[in-house]
Amino acid sequence: MDFLIILGDASRAAIGPEAAIYAMAAIGLNMHFGYTGLLNFGQVGFMLVGAYGAAVAVATFNAPLWAGVLVGVALAILLALLLGVPTLRLRADYLAITTIALGEILRYIYRSNFASPVTGGVYGLTRFADPLYTINPIPPGQYGFGRLAYSSQSLWIMVISWSLVALVCVLMFLIIQSPWGRVIRSVREDEDAARSLGKNVFGYKMQSLVFGGVLGAVSGMLLAFYAQAVQPDAYSPVVTFYLYTLLILGGAGRILGPVVGSVIFWFVLVCTDSFLRQAIGAGLISASLISPTEVGAVRFALVGAGLMLLMIYRPQGILGDRREMMLGDR
Amino acid sequence: MTAESAPRAPRLEDIAPEPGVAKPDPILVADDVTKSFGGLRAVQVGRLEVQRGAITALIGPNGAGKTTLFNLLTGFDRPDSGSWSFDGRPLSGLPAYRAARAGMVRTFQLTKSLTLLTVLENLKLASTQQLGERFFASMVRPLWRAQEENIERRADAMLARFSLDRLRDDFAGTLSGGQRKLLELARALMARPTMIMLDEPTAGVNPALTQSLLGHIMKLRDEGMTILFVEHDMDVVMGISDWVVCMAEGHLIAEGPPGSIGSDGAVIDAYLGAHHGRRAGGEG
Repeated sequence: MDFLIILGDASRAAIGPEAAIYAMAAIGLNMHFGYTGLLNFGQVGFMLVGAYGAAVAVATFNAPLWAGVLVGVALAILLALLLGVPTLRLRADYLAITTIALGEILRYIYRSNFASPVTGGVYGLTRFADPLYTINPIPPGQYGFGRLAYSSQSLWIMVISWSLVALVCVLMFLIIQSPWGRVIRSVREDEDAARSLGKNVFGYKMQSLVFGGVLGAVSGMLLAFYAQAVQPDAYSPVVTFYLYTLLILGGAGRILGPVVGSVIFWFVLVCTDSFLRQAIGAGLISASLISPTEVGAVRFALVGAGLMLLMIYRPQGILGDRREMMLGDR
Repeated sequence: MTAESAPRAPRLEDIAPEPGVAKPDPILVADDVTKSFGGLRAVQVGRLEVQRGAITALIGPNGAGKTTLFNLLTGFDRPDSGSWSFDGRPLSGLPAYRAARAGMVRTFQLTKSLTLLTVLENLKLASTQQLGERFFASMVRPLWRAQEENIERRADAMLARFSLDRLRDDFAGTLSGGQRKLLELARALMARPTMIMLDEPTAGVNPALTQSLLGHIMKLRDEGMTILFVEHDMDVVMGISDWVVCMAEGHLIAEGPPGSIGSDGAVIDAYLGAHHGRRAGGEG
């Protein structure tokens, strides 16, 4: 049982590419849920169309990677418009139901047989992000020390992803502090009041949906570039639930909430995983109680229990304000 | 209140007190507005004119359709039929935010203070035509900084006028019921309306604050604002209104100056039931 290994594993995940990528998608969700009050349960759908938009453009149609990125963003905008027109006039819970269904519909379409000539079906597409790695300025090798080390490829994606996250956080800060952000927050508080003051609530919800959706698509693309693969079942509804988990953990309606949430989420998740494996390896936990293959499931159960405690004792999240939480009726 | 902003005194005394009667200078004219909920005819108003620059009270027993009529006229609900115009422009069928932009701003029976916005933000929000409310412009602060400073000055003046300046930076959710009513009125005024529609402005407000609220409303009228309000408290109606419109069971049943509306037979019937008058007559 080596606590340095556990700490090293957990830290590597906490600042690694996945944490940045999840933070990006959660910032989009924060735009929807945290600031506008839109219950989008299909953020993974935006990640999927972004990832596949880029991958299909490059791998199937031999487009350059930059064009693939534009296709991914354009598809996210299109998805937001298609989704928003019929549902944004409805009550919040209808949006939740529609979005969760839409995410699943998209996943089944992309993995279906009839789509496989374009999307690669259940196997997906691979090796479409080579141009991104050929411009990697970091020489090949391992960087870091002990378990806290990254390959030059991971480090490259980390640099790109965290830079984008930082950029988007600055952007979020600017727009939320602006009169635009004031209208968006008023829509969250009471859309009829916003309407009575001459604000086009539908238009603002749509802008929020599109902007947050594009952030989701960017996150999906980064994930696809990092793995050099897209595979439909990687975009299952559970990803959206992780995003909600880390958003609420960090604090919804806070600029840095999703970032803090993502770092802590990945730290705790991998820490639990590494601890269980170490404990089983050292014989502290009998292998008949939890076998190494069951660790993956058990860690999520433990993380779930931890989140339950968090909800009971700190429902506003790490960066949230309890007083505001009590005032709000959500 | 300067001489130039002093309104033409609304000459309503000479008008015949009958439902749907024409006014000398109507700002709002509605025709054949109907709305049903299932089998219930909630609103069935043949004609309604609201005089510019006057305080018009809309009264009637519970369920008379007053709030529904409010919702229809302000675009918060869609009518089955009917048309209306505001300030000479047709307004029927337009969404609520367009009605508000046309200058007809309403408040709500149950106050809708934006809980997690501060009192100041509530007011600043209401200001119209803000450049910083556009998505791309919002990222470039220099584009809208000057306008924002102007709005803040105006909001501070409004807060002072309604004695809310002490609460400027508090969340609106921490305000008392009466303070919220004041905030809603102040917020509506920030939108620079030509007419405000108040749905039960004094409901749940303590007597002292009610007096202050009514003072504000009369002052607004003296400055040239048109006010239409729904009210149940007859003392309030008699005290401040220039004209009273009474609804019952969706219909507009009576109109008149506040002094005479209380003795209108249709109004007494609506409030006390048609049987009451007959039985009282029989006993007398």
